[in-house]
Amino acid sequence: MKQLLVFIRKEFYHVFRDRRTLLIMFGIPIAQILLFGFALTSDVKNAEIIIADHAQDINTGQITAKIKASTYFLVKEANINTNDIEAAFKKGGLKCVVIFPSRFGADLLHNGKAQVQIIADGSDPNTAKTLTNYLTAIITDYQLQISAATALPYSIVPETRMLYNENANGSLNFVPGVLALVLMIVCTALTSVAVVREKESGTMEILLVSPFKPVMVLIAKAIPFLALSIAIFTLILLLSVYVLDVPIKGSISLLYIESILFIITCLSLGLLISNTTNSQQTALLLSMMGMMMPTLIFTGFMFPLENMPRIFQVISNIVPARWYFLIVKAVMLKGLGFEYVWKETLVLAGMTAVLLAIALKNFKTRLS
Amino acid sequence: MKAVTLKNITKTYDKGKVLAVDDVTLQIDRGELFGLIGPDGAGKTSVFRILTTVLLADKGSASVDGFDVVKDYQSIRRRIGYMPGKFSLYQDLTVKENLGFFATLFGTTIEENYALIKDIYEQIEPFKNRRAGKLSGGMKQKLALCCALIHKPEVLFLDEPTTGVDAVSRREFWEMLKRLKQQGITILVSTPYMDEAVLCERIALMQNGKIMSVNTPQHIIATYPVPLYAVKSGNIYKLLNDLRKSELVESSFAFGEYLHVTLKNNDAAGAGNLRNHIAAQGHTNIEVSVMAPTIEDSFIRLTNKKQGSFAQA
Amino acid sequence: MEEKVIICKNLTKKFGDFVAVDNISFEVNKGEIFGFLGANGAGKTTAMRMLCGLSFPTSGEAAVAGFNVYRQQQMIKRNIGYMSQKFSLYEDLTVLENIRFYGGVYGVPGEIIKSRSIELVEKLGLQQEAGKKTGGLPLGWKQKLAFSVAIFHQPKIVFLDEPTGGVDPVTRRQFWDMIYEAAASGITVFVTTHYMDEAEYCNRITIMVDGRIEALDTPRQLKAQFGANSIEDVFYQLARGAKRSAD
Repeated sequence: MKQLLVFIRKEFYHVFRDRRTLLIMFGIPIAQILLFGFALTSDVKNAEIIIADHAQDINTGQITAKIKASTYFLVKEANINTNDIEAAFKKGGLKCVVIFPSRFGADLLHNGKAQVQIIADGSDPNTAKTLTNYLTAIITDYQLQISAATALPYSIVPETRMLYNENANGSLNFVPGVLALVLMIVCTALTSVAVVREKESGTMEILLVSPFKPVMVLIAKAIPFLALSIAIFTLILLLSVYVLDVPIKGSISLLYIESILFIITCLSLGLLISNTTNSQQTALLLSMMGMMMPTLIFTGFMFPLENMPRIFQVISNIVPARWYFLIVKAVMLKGLGFEYVWKETLVLAGMTAVLLAIALKNFKTRLS
Repeated sequence: MKAVTLKNITKTYDKGKVLAVDDVTLQIDRGELFGLIGPDGAGKTSVFRILTTVLLADKGSASVDGFDVVKDYQSIRRRIGYMPGKFSLYQDLTVKENLGFFATLFGTTIEENYALIKDIYEQIEPFKNRRAGKLSGGMKQKLALCCALIHKPEVLFLDEPTTGVDAVSRREFWEMLKRLKQQGITILVSTPYMDEAVLCERIALMQNGKIMSVNTPQHIIATYPVPLYAVKSGNIYKLLNDLRKSELVESSFAFGEYLHVTLKNNDAAGAGNLRNHIAAQGHTNIEVSVMAPTIEDSFIRLTNKKQGSFAQA
Repeated sequence: MEEKVIICKNLTKKFGDFVAVDNISFEVNKGEIFGFLGANGAGKTTAMRMLCGLSFPTSGEAAVAGFNVYRQQQMIKRNIGYMSQKFSLYEDLTVLENIRFYGGVYGVPGEIIKSRSIELVEKLGLQQEAGKKTGGLPLGWKQKLAFSVAIFHQPKIVFLDEPTGGVDPVTRRQFWDMIYEAAASGITVFVTTHYMDEAEYCNRITIMVDGRIEALDTPRQLKAQFGANSIEDVFYQLARGAKRSAD
């Protein structure tokens, strides 16, 4: 036991004396959160939109003028056909289309109620959401204005649709996404590098030759990174709550427990990688490429999974980060309890058990 | 009981393509200072790794301190000290932290076995708060030896401890080994420096995975089969080329200031004939004398014998 | 009077307060094998870097192959060859590719590279291996090839930094044969080594201690001067008193 404690202390020395590692560990989360937070939700300016006015009446003219007056939009007027909308989006540049049906003014006047359709490019969910919010706000504002003038209850219903990404998930998704990504980097990459470094410096041979149980080497290596990961997790939560105003709606303790589970998954992966490589570069490349790319692609925080080919959706199931992402989204953003995430938790726990078992089994008590 | 035994040990890499250790049989007595002498790639490190139980041999059996390297590897690991060739300690830990860490790892304390390392540790103690990465080669090597000794091992394995270390530090290191031997520790040391061979009690000369000879260095030198001549002239490079073309000469190698020459005909007139021959080639300032061979001469002769020729390089 | 290819006068290199090379002066003759010995940290590498045009001296004068180390570093580099134990060849290139690459780097014309590389491969007996990656060659062959590559462009001086570490004795002898041959062809050889017996191959040797040159003469003279049997003894007598041992 004393050996383990001394070993763990040594690992902390390594971490705190290596500026580069420390920078990676605490710099990446901060950079990522700020980058994603501000780059992805910053205000939209001069977004290209098309207004297809099939009514051409006073009301639609007034609304169009209001939209044009805003600095957010660069308006093109065109009588675009419903069938051509997708082609127009595909050409690029275009962010949003507003369609007034031909009876807009008449409906508003006679029925007190009219519809307007807003179609946005959902493949860029943040921009799409921002734009539709602005447009809806402008239309609601107009509705209040005419209602007040005539004392009649006019109602304009904007019907919003996202092309490519119907649910427009993404606006808040980056916090759980960054969590998954950062934990993956810190736990997987740094753990594997820490073990492989011992191989490179020749100290692994001494450790093997010592009476200290080889498996304990792995545990001693993993514990400091577990502690550090929890610290980093806390840092990200604090940043997202106090800097980005993303609230934690669910139970914080549930969030911690789930995160510790995911951290253990990542640590197991890191140990598994370290078993198979002998150089720090390979370990780092393997963790970065083999683990980060799938995390970015298959968790659904960068690219909506729903729009991926079926085969990718199937593959995504074996990426641990995907399940963690779902859990964090449910607990943190939607405020759901354990009863809603137990299935995902079970999947993640199962994966962890398998990975850990393989890592421990493959850890050699000899060199080759 | 022998401290170390190897019986028909064979080890290959790359699925049998590279033969690293070729049927090696060897016994080392308790308390012996034994040297494994050979160039890089001779198989020294593989032998060390098999004995320290971190590598499995393909064939053969081996034991350390009476324990089998495969079955009883855990018992062996408790009884040996090991300094691997590339061993560089933890560069970011201080001298004291490194030593303390290894002491705890082996279930002991610095104080408990301080007597054993006192001599060596006192030399690096002034730098005990310096990080290992900032030490010189000689200092690092001393620290590494302390770390390998801290748990009072029965057998000490030192894989090329003096490689890349300057001549002064090397000599000091060998003096430390002699003192350790007096404490009754069996020491197995490997080196590519042939001149270090005479500092061992017994040596094994290794080349291409095979042991060519095992004996005391004195015996190996004494059994050099033919007279060896140290030869010199004003133009050493021309002399080397002339001798290699000569009918009289069996082998001729440059050894520092002199050429070491063996003759095909080893009768009493050898030296005289050689001198006349050289003089006839127009050389000046000629020196020819019979000399005592070195381990390196023996090694070269054994290597060439193995390759089935005395081809002149 | 013999031609001097290295002239070094009061050469000093300081890193802050630390005087790595302290006021050294020596001359090396054309075609000489000049041994450069010293304990770890004595300043050998720093001195060699200055002579190779890789770093500027703090003070003093030096000319290498007739070129000034302050102003004509580029010319120096063109006229020297360099080989070290650590860096020699690209292991993932073949024997021929390595030769061509280094020939090209030193601006040897393509035609000459072609003919000379064939000669070289034959001379080394590497015909079978010419198309194989150097990574798979035995260490001794690699070192011999690396040396040949270092003198491929027929430089005036070749700097060898511990060229024979770990090499077997037979190959070591062959390596020195090649050095003798290069010297006989007029190439000056400047060599550092940890093998004290190798020092005795040199025409003259210097021993550096704590950044200063403590001895410079033929091996025989040095042994006589210090009453020693071998250069190792001479070295030990001088270097034992060294104050610094930082790398």
